[in-house]
Amino acid sequence: MYPDNFYYTKDHEWIKVAGGEATVGITDFAQKQLGDVVYVELPDVGAEMEFHQSLGVIESVKAVSDIYSPVSGEVAAVNEGLNDSPEWVNEDPHGKGWILRIKLKNEAELEKLMSVTEYEKFVDGLET
Amino acid sequence: MKKTRLHNNHIKLNGKMVEFFGWEMPVEYSGIIEEHLAVRNQAGLFDVSHMGEILVLGPQALDYVQHLTPNNAARTSPTKAQYSALTTPKGTFVDDLLVYCLDENTYLLVVNAANADKDFAWIEKNKAGFEVEVKNLSDDYSQIALQGRNAQDILKNLNDLPLDEMGSFAVAHGEVAGIPSMVSRTGYTGEDGFEVYTTSATPGVIWDALIETGESYGIKPVGLGARDTLRLEACLMLYGNDIDDTTTALEAGLKWLVKFKKGDFLGREVLLQQKEEGIKKRIAGFELIDRGIARSHYPVYIGEEKVSEVTSGTFSPYLKKSIGLTYLPMEYTEEGTEIDIEVRGKRVAARVVPLPFYKRDY
Repeated sequence: MYPDNFYYTKDHEWIKVAGGEATVGITDFAQKQLGDVVYVELPDVGAEMEFHQSLGVIESVKAVSDIYSPVSGEVAAVNEGLNDSPEWVNEDPHGKGWILRIKLKNEAELEKLMSVTEYEKFVDGLET
Repeated sequence: MKKTRLHNNHIKLNGKMVEFFGWEMPVEYSGIIEEHLAVRNQAGLFDVSHMGEILVLGPQALDYVQHLTPNNAARTSPTKAQYSALTTPKGTFVDDLLVYCLDENTYLLVVNAANADKDFAWIEKNKAGFEVEVKNLSDDYSQIALQGRNAQDILKNLNDLPLDEMGSFAVAHGEVAGIPSMVSRTGYTGEDGFEVYTTSATPGVIWDALIETGESYGIKPVGLGARDTLRLEACLMLYGNDIDDTTTALEAGLKWLVKFKKGDFLGREVLLQQKEEGIKKRIAGFELIDRGIARSHYPVYIGEEKVSEVTSGTFSPYLKKSIGLTYLPMEYTEEGTEIDIEVRGKRVAARVVPLPFYKRDY
C-alpha cells in the first residue's frame, strides 16, 4: 500500500527524495479521509517554504485541509495537472496525484520524518 | 450516540459513519460525487430516520397546526402532504417541516433531526388553549428516501400503491416490501422521488428490497454528504445554514408558503408588515468566477463593504462549479451583480445567478 522508499509525516504527507529534491503528496489514508478532492490550491514556484508552513490547501466536497511543508526549501515545481484533474489525488495519491517538489535546504530534516513501517503503525493506531 | 434501525445495512454497504446531531449516520458510501450523480441520473437511497416526527392529535389538531405554521394546513389530507414551517411570533423560523394529515384529528409533523427536541418543546409550550395532545414519535419512525428519475420504476416492484396517480406531495398508505408504510412523493434532492415512513421494527426489509430491486436501475446508497450537495443545487433550504430564527420565509424566497388569508398564525402580523413594507434582504445564489470553494460563514463583500456571510456553499458535482447562497441587501440581488467572497483571507470574485442552480428536465 505505502511505498517503502518514501518518508511520511503525522499530517499524512509522503516525501520521496531524489537528487536533492523532495516530491510531496498526501497519503492514501489522507485522501480516503478527505473524500472526493475537487480543488488543490498550489503555491508559486520559487516560493520559500519553512518546515511545517502551510504550502497549500486541498478541498474535498465536504472539507478543507491544509498541506504542511514537511521540509524547508524552495518550491521547484508544482503538479499543474491537478488544476484540471484534482481527482488524481484520490485515484493515484502516491503517484500521479503528487502535489509539488521542494529543493531541500537541510537534509537533516528528513531524520524527523517517519519510515514506512513507522507510518503504517501510526495509521493502524488511528484506525480503531 | 443514537443509531437508526438501518445501522447494520450501512455497515454492510461500507458506509462511512459519522456523528450528526447525536446520530451515527453514513456520510458517504462510494464517494459523494458518485452518489450525487447517481441520484441526478438514476436513483439513490437515503436513510433519513434521524428526522424528527411529532404527532399533534385531538379535536383541535388542525386549528393548532394552523396556529403554528404559515402555510394553509387545511389543504392537507390523508392523501396530500405539505411543506411548511414553524414560525416564531417575529415571523422567523423555529424550523421548516412537512405536515402530514393522518386523519382529521391527527397530524404528523416531520422536522429536522437537529431540531426535534427543540421543536417538540416549542409545540408543547404553545398549545395552551388548544384541545390537543403532542407526542414525540421520533424514535418510533424510520424514514427511507428513494430519489431520482428511476424512483417510481423501482418502487412499483415492491407494492400495489397507485404510484402513477401520485402527484407531487401526494401520500398513500400501504405495504412496501410487505412492511406497513406511509409513502409520499416528496424529497430533498430536486429529483422526483418518494419518502417511505414506517414504525416497523424491521425497516431494513424495505431498504434491502430497494437496493436489490434498484440494482438494475443504477441505484446507489447515498449518505449525508451528497444529500447536502443535492439539496443545495436544488436550492432547498437547510435550517441552521440558510434559514433560522433571524430570517423569515419572505427573505428566504419561500413567500409561497405564507398564506395570509388563512387566518391568524404565529408571526403573521410581522410577516404581513414585512410584506407591505418590502423586505430589505433576500437570499441569493452565487457562483464563483475565480477558483476556490465558498463555504458556510465565509464573509461576502461588495466593494470594501462586508454585506453578509455565505449560508451554504459547496462544489456542485453536477454543474462542476462552486456555488453558494447568501442573504444580500435587495439592491444587490439582481442577476449578474458582482460580489466577492473572502476565502481564507483572499477575495475571490463571484456573481449572482438565478435560483435554483439545478432544475430537473423531466
